[in-house]
This record gives sequence, C-alpha cells and structure tokens, in this order.
Amino acid sequence: MVIAFWALAALTVSSAAMIIVVRNLLHAVLFLILSFVGVAGLYITMSADFVAVAQVLIYAGAISVLMIFAVMLTPQSSRDNAGNFLQAPAFVLSGLMIAAVTLVAVETDWREAEDASFIVDGTATAIGDALVSPFVLPFEIASVVLVAAMIGAIVLVRED
Amino acid sequence: MPLLANWYDLRDLGNGVARLIEALRDAGAPDGLIYAITGLLGAVAILLFVGLAAIINIWIERRLIARIQVRRGPNRVGPFGLLQPVADALKLIQKEALQPNNADGIVFTLAPIVIFIPVILAFAVLPWGEQMVLADLNVGVLYLLALGSTTPIILFMAGYASNNKYALLGSMRVIAMLISYELPMVMALLGVVTFAGTMQMSGIVDFQQTHWSWLIFFQPLAFLIFLLGGTAELNRTPADIAEAESEIIAGFHIEYSGMKFGLFYAAELVNAVAMSGIIATLFLGGWWAFGLEQWVPGWLIFISKIYAVYFILIWFRGTLPRFRIDQLMAFAWKFLLPLAIINVFVVALEVLLWREYELSAGVVLPVAAVVNFALAGVLIAGWARVMGQAFERAPKKPRLFSEIEVPLPDEAAPEAGSGQTEPATV
Repeated sequence: MVIAFWALAALTVSSAAMIIVVRNLLHAVLFLILSFVGVAGLYITMSADFVAVAQVLIYAGAISVLMIFAVMLTPQSSRDNAGNFLQAPAFVLSGLMIAAVTLVAVETDWREAEDASFIVDGTATAIGDALVSPFVLPFEIASVVLVAAMIGAIVLVRED
Repeated sequence: MPLLANWYDLRDLGNGVARLIEALRDAGAPDGLIYAITGLLGAVAILLFVGLAAIINIWIERRLIARIQVRRGPNRVGPFGLLQPVADALKLIQKEALQPNNADGIVFTLAPIVIFIPVILAFAVLPWGEQMVLADLNVGVLYLLALGSTTPIILFMAGYASNNKYALLGSMRVIAMLISYELPMVMALLGVVTFAGTMQMSGIVDFQQTHWSWLIFFQPLAFLIFLLGGTAELNRTPADIAEAESEIIAGFHIEYSGMKFGLFYAAELVNAVAMSGIIATLFLGGWWAFGLEQWVPGWLIFISKIYAVYFILIWFRGTLPRFRIDQLMAFAWKFLLPLAIINVFVVALEVLLWREYELSAGVVLPVAAVVNFALAGVLIAGWARVMGQAFERAPKKPRLFSEIEVPLPDEAAPEAGSGQTEPATV
C-alpha cells in the first residue's frame, strides 16, 4: 500500500509538473490525462472505488476530450506559447495558491488509517443513499444547472 | 462446489490457484505477496486466452465474412488456411516501420501500445466461472464504461501524431462517434443495473441465476441498444466511419505500417472479444446457462457465449453497408438515446413497484418481461416511423453555412452533394 501510494504520487506530481514544462499543447493535455489517472489510483488506495472510477470516466474520459477540442481550435498549438502581459499576475496567483495548499497540508491534523484493507462492500451504495436522501437538493440543483447549460449550448449553436 | 477442490478439477480453472494460495499461506507468506502472485497468474491466464483468441479470431472472421459474401477466404496456408494469421503476423513484423516526416515521434509510437491498456483491462472484471473473477469490483459496470471512455483519446493520439489530414479527420470522427454512442450505452446499462440492483459483474450473474432467467428477456431494448452501440464502439463495419477506406482511406491509422498497424488491428480484435464478453455477462447470463453449468465447465459456457455474440458482430460486418457520418450521429442521438431514456423510466417504475409493494419475483418478472418485450417492439417500430423520414432528408435551407453560401442540392436531386451539407455534428 505504501509502495503503491508513493509510486502513484510520484506519477501524479511528475506528470503535473510536465504539463507546465512541455511546450507542445497536446503533450500537455496528454500529461494532464496521465495525472488524472494517477489521482484515480490514489483514490483506489483510499478504498474509494466509486470515486476512482468516476474520476477516470469524467476527467480522463470526458473533460480531456473537451480539452483536446480546445487544443484543436487553437491555431498552431504545437508552437511555443505567446508571451503576454499576464505572466506576473499569474505568477503571484499561483504562488498564493501553492502557499495556501501547503499551509492546509501542514496544518491539518491528518488521521491515519490503522488497517489498510479495502472496504468489502464498496462505497457506491453509500454514495447513492447520500445523494438521494440528505443531499437531494444539491443533486437536483446540479442537474438543473447542467440542463440549463445544455439548452444554452444548443441555443448558441442554432442559427435559424 | 466446495471451496477447495482438487487442482485438476477442470470445472473451475481457479482451483489450482486456490491450492497455491493455501500452500503459500501455510508457508507463512505475507498477504501482499499472495495477492501479487494470484493477480499475476490470473493476468497471465487472461493474456494467454486473449492472445490465442486474437490469432484464431482473424481466421474465423475472415472465413465467415468470405462465406457471407460468397468468397472463399484464406485457404492456402496450412489446413483450411488456419496458419494465415501466423503468416500475416510474420509479414507485419518484418515490414519496415515507417514514420512520416513531421510526425510527433513519441506519441506516434506510444499510441498503438497504449491502445491495449483499456482493452486488456476490461477482461479483469469478467466472471469466467462461479469463482473465476480476477477482480470482482463493486463498480464493475461503471469500470467498463470508464475504460471505454478513454479509447477515443488514444485513437486521437494516433491520428494527431500522424501529421496527416486524413488521419486527423478519422480521429475527429472517432471522437464524435464514440462520445455520441457512449450516452445510449450508459443509459442502456443503467436499465440493466437498476433491474439487477447491483453494479458488480458477478452480482449481475447471480441475479440471473437466482431468478432462473437471462437479463435479455427482461431488457430486450437495452440489449439491442448496447449491441448497436457496441458495434459503433468497436469501429466495425456498419459504423466504421473512423476508417472508411472509400472516404478517408484508413482514418487514424493511415500512416501506420508494419507491427504498429498490426497492434491496432489486434487491439480491435481483442476489443471485439471484450465487448462480446461484456454482452454475454450482462445479458446472456455469463457462465450460467439454465443448469447446463453443472455438466459443462462454466468457463466453456462463457467462451461459447462470447463466440455467439462475436458471430453476431461478424454477421453485422459481413452484411451491412457503412453509415454516412450524419446518419450515424442521427441514429445515436435521435433514435437510440430517446429509447434508452424511456427504457430507464420504465425499468425504474417496474423496480419501484416490485420493491415498494414487496411483490414476489415470480409474479413481477414474467409480467415485466412481457411488458418490456411489447414496449421494445412498439417503441422501435413507432419511433422509426416518426423519425424515419428525417434521416435521409438534406437540410431545406442553409444553416451553419449561411454566411459562406455553400451551394445546397436542389430539390430534384437530393442525393447529390449531400456530403457538403452535412451538419457540423461536433
């Protein structure tokens, strides 16, 4: 379990670093997918099987296809990034982000699992129960938002 | 069947492994080691089956399609042409591995290798027998869907890295098609999962065993939708617009030669076996066959079911012509998806009545089977009649092309030039 965690963590972090380092936009998207898969593996080591599979299905499967389309619509995506005037604000913002995440990671009182065995009956049933009884309102609101987004997309694309 | 049968008991090929686990545990091996060893053994067994099946399936498929199309098929190398796949593989290995000039070298080489990962991983959750599952995941069905959702990216890698406009066209088509067909397939499986009440593959087989029936009898509509979506997912002929030799030459693998092409070809074959296995497990009872499994090993029943479904896929391929891309999209979005959504609602209602009023399964299931069969027939016929006119029609007035004034076909000849007016489906 420990070996799995460190291997997956190394995979995730290094591919996340490669996203920034590589110059080719499509390669960056591919590294992003690799890092999504690594995160899914980390979920599995935490016995969150449903979340792990959903991570692959939604992020590695769907979101990355969206990004690939965005890359395809970018002219000369295999070229270097153009320099622009947002570099300094982006640097400050990402510095603040890193500081906040590091602070949270250091300050939180992490609970360590004593027994690192898998949950036998899985988490899918519990998540399903939680979605339809205590969290039914957020669930329904999310579906309404998605339907609104879909109708908006159709309205934007139609021309007649 | 007792848990620890003799290792030579062929009814369950896992018996030998079970004995091995017992011996290792007696010897005091740590749990992690046992887990790794059993996982490796199972993976090797599955890879052996997959490799053999891929080689034999080339021959089966070519012979059967030849028979369907009144040809002879490969019959020169070895008895009945059985060694033809071996000869093909040898030929592919010694061919030069060409790479286009401005190709993206790493991604170009990586794509045919990575394409195997989701294809092989799908076999991990298939139950080959009562206890012959490599990884009996609690979210098995969702896992299969997640694997299927990653293939378009890999095919896109191949098409993009080739630096060829036909390859790029093919990979754009494959993404559009796979995303469209994923929705009806997910909806169809939602019906199955709702009915069986579990996402675990062995749990679904157990459901069919307990109620002495196959899920195809309760979910005929879902079966049809999943089968048709499956052929699209496999890039096979009624839906092989991603390759489409007569339009975009070979689509995403146009620039691949030698063993790299061979890997794509083999991945397609293995994927067909995996899809047949999924359909056989979910709809045809997996290793269970109305008591036959007491006389015949379960894995033999499962393999014969895989080949039964595979035969249907070959039949499709040998018989049906290729869809045009707009027809294929319209079929997914206007036909399969609405029917799948209706199916989900009907199944949810049936299950709700069943669970809410605590009716006995003996009453509910026959009624549900009859209702679902009637509903499937009515829906397919009725929806086809409603939508039937719209599939072939060219757009009456220019829509997306209004600004650039693409010439539309006139009313007299609606077929000519229809390729230019196809709506931007992406």
